[in-house]
Parts: sequence; structure tokens; C-alpha cells
Amino acid sequence: MANDKRAMIGARIAKELKDGDYVNLGIGLPTEAVNHIPAGVHVVFQSENGMLGAGPNPEEGKEDKDLVNAGGGYITALPGASYFDSATSFAIIRGGHIDITVLGALQVDQEGNLANWMIPGKMVPGMGGAMDLVTGAKKVIVAMEHVDKNGNSKILKKCSLPLTAKAKVSLIITDMAVIEVKKEGLTLLEIAEGLSVEEVVKATEAELTVPCVVNRF
Amino acid sequence: MVKQISATEAAAMIKPGSRVAIGGFLAAGAPESIIDALVERKVDKLHMIVIASDWENRGVGKLVVNHLVKSAQVSHLGTNKAIQAQMNAGEIDIELVPQGTLMERVRAFGAGLGGVLTPTGLGTVVEEGKQIIHCNGKDYILEPAIESDFAIVRAHKADKLGNLTFSKTSRNSNPIMAMAGKITIVEVDEIVEIGEIDPEAVTCPGVFVDYLVLSKEV
Repeated sequence: MANDKRAMIGARIAKELKDGDYVNLGIGLPTEAVNHIPAGVHVVFQSENGMLGAGPNPEEGKEDKDLVNAGGGYITALPGASYFDSATSFAIIRGGHIDITVLGALQVDQEGNLANWMIPGKMVPGMGGAMDLVTGAKKVIVAMEHVDKNGNSKILKKCSLPLTAKAKVSLIITDMAVIEVKKEGLTLLEIAEGLSVEEVVKATEAELTVPCVVNRF
Repeated sequence: MVKQISATEAAAMIKPGSRVAIGGFLAAGAPESIIDALVERKVDKLHMIVIASDWENRGVGKLVVNHLVKSAQVSHLGTNKAIQAQMNAGEIDIELVPQGTLMERVRAFGAGLGGVLTPTGLGTVVEEGKQIIHCNGKDYILEPAIESDFAIVRAHKADKLGNLTFSKTSRNSNPIMAMAGKITIVEVDEIVEIGEIDPEAVTCPGVFVDYLVLSKEV
């Protein structure tokens, strides 16, 4: 994905983060949000390998092999940080103590189902902590490209890949649109600059409710 | 008192076919010296209980690359192509377990519990073949405790009673795995006298620890 699209998605995710939130960002695209948090908003980032208060990458030469994130990359600890074991980390996650988690996806559907951990016969990386995160976080946001590399919609009527969790996604942020997930289905909240509602609807396999006013982001 | 042994002696204790719970998260906090000794002694047919299969040249990935693992309960394989290839070739049996569930199943064994009830995995392939328990108005999957013969873990400092301290995010699964080994072997940076570790700083009490190995990484 082009850098400007990544930045756009990162900025839009950041808008969802409120002062005081405990947040877990998935590896990759979701971490873009870190660069766009408004001044005055303080959130605490969890790293599921056992830390609250995860900070930015260290300066070159200051890397610590004992201070890494869930992707194995070097990080720093901000004032107020804490370390804990993996069972405590997942008690935080599964127990509903994380306000927002943002994850990537292979597919999302109009029932709020998410598939992001395997493609049978092709790719089996395992679910890692994703199933616990999606099950336990108070709000689950999916951040991803709207269509796959063949141009097919990743927002479907029904996920065809093995699910990560059932009916847990509440917001979808893509390079084309922001879509709210409710029991009744999907609502198109915002579309990206330069696109029309028709273009977004056409690129979306799932049924979208289009309100009178659709904002730009 | 716990006994101090060498990494080679630790590996000699672990028989082929053993069930080993190994601490670490993508090789951070992995007991590298004991893993190297297992590779050197070619201790094979292991059943491995780990958060992740790490990298081919770091952590438990080295056991996989050297074909010492016959089966594993693990949450993430994405950083290790060798384990995915061995799985696809039918050389290794993998049970993928959500990470939080894996930790609780291991902890349950150490804590004398038969299993845990978790909502993680409901409505997914994880629940297939498992009992769903309705409790306090909600559905949960019954996940059985995971038993291990040996726990092999990494800590920062130990006293001679086996009380352990850890370093930052290298703590991860280590204190949990340590609880659950019928025999627990801990690789450490430093062994100090009894009384030198502040009791408030002890993250894993020595009651869970049987053997200490000084790390070759120091």
C-alpha cells in the first residue's frame, strides 16, 4: 500500500482513540496510528508479550534485547510502563480491560465476523493472540485495504476463510471508507477524498446502508 | 536447595519423546543455551509447548530446523518457514492454540486444575470437538490443562533457592511455564546467595524451580 494511504488510515484510526484509553495495535498497518495521535490525547499501548506503556523505537545503538514488541521489534518503555507475564497479559486482553484493539484482516463480513489468521493450504501462521484480542477487547476495529491485490472486495456478505471470532468487529477503516458494523448490518459512515459513494459501494461485496450524509475523511 | 547443572547435563536429563514447555516469545527470553545443548545431543521426538516457533536460527526454531520436534502446541508459526514446511509434509503434528488459552492451559496444569473455561475461539474451528459449557449465562469452551514433563525457562537472576527475577519483556511465558513442569530447569544470567534478592522482586518463587543453568549468553 502506498505511504499516503497508510498515513490516511493511520490518521483515521487515531481519531478513534480517546484520552486514557488502553489500546492494543496489531502488527503492520494498525501501528500507523501511533504517528497521528492528537496533542493532549494520552493513550497507553499494550504489547501482548507482556507490557503496558510501550513507547517508540529506540535510537540506534540503544536497542535492548529484553525490550521488544509482539512482532519481535525493539521498543522503549514510557514513564508509567509495567511488565508482566503472558497469562496476566491475556487476562488484560480477554478480561475486557483493553478499550480498543485494531487489527488487520483477510476478510470481514456484514455480521461483524473477522478472518485474519489462515488461508487453508496456503498460509497457516496461527492465530497468535488475535482470537483473544478480538474476543476480549471492548471495541474491535479492523484496519485494512478495501480490496485484495486482485481487486476483490475484502468486505463480504459472509467470510469464506476460517474465522478469528464471530460478530465482534464494530468498525472497519480502509483506504476507501469507514464502515460501522451493527447487528442490522453495515453502514457507510465516511468515504475517502476523491471517491464517490457509488465507487465505494461497487468495491464492496457486502450490503451497505448509505445514509443521507456521508462525510469525507 | 536447587541444584546448579550445566546446559549439557540439563539436555542429558531430557529423554527423547519428552513433553517440554519452553519459555520465550519470538526468542525474547528463550533459554538459548539449553536449546543449543538439546540440539547438540540430538534429543528428538519432542512434544513442544511454546508461544511461537521463533526463528530458524533463534529460540525453539533451532529444535525445529534440526528435526527434533514431532509435535507441538503453539499459537504462532508465522516467523518460521521450516515448521510450516514440516507441517505441510506431515512430519510434525501441530495443534494451534490461541495464545491466551495456551497460557491458561499450561498455568492450569501447574495450578492443579483440570482445565479452564474460555470464550476465545467460540464460533471458530478452535471449538470443534470440544465441550461447550454454559456458565453464568454465557458460553465457554472447556479447554483441558496441558501437561509437561519438563519446563525449560529463562530468567535474569536466581538465588540458590531458585527464586527468580526477569528482565522486561523477556518475562513473557517464562513464569507460567516454570509453574507447569514436573521438572523445571531455569537458565539464568546470574546466581546469587539466598537473601540477595528482595522478596518483593521475586516474580517466580523458587518452589517451582528444580535446576539452574548459567547461561552461555552472559
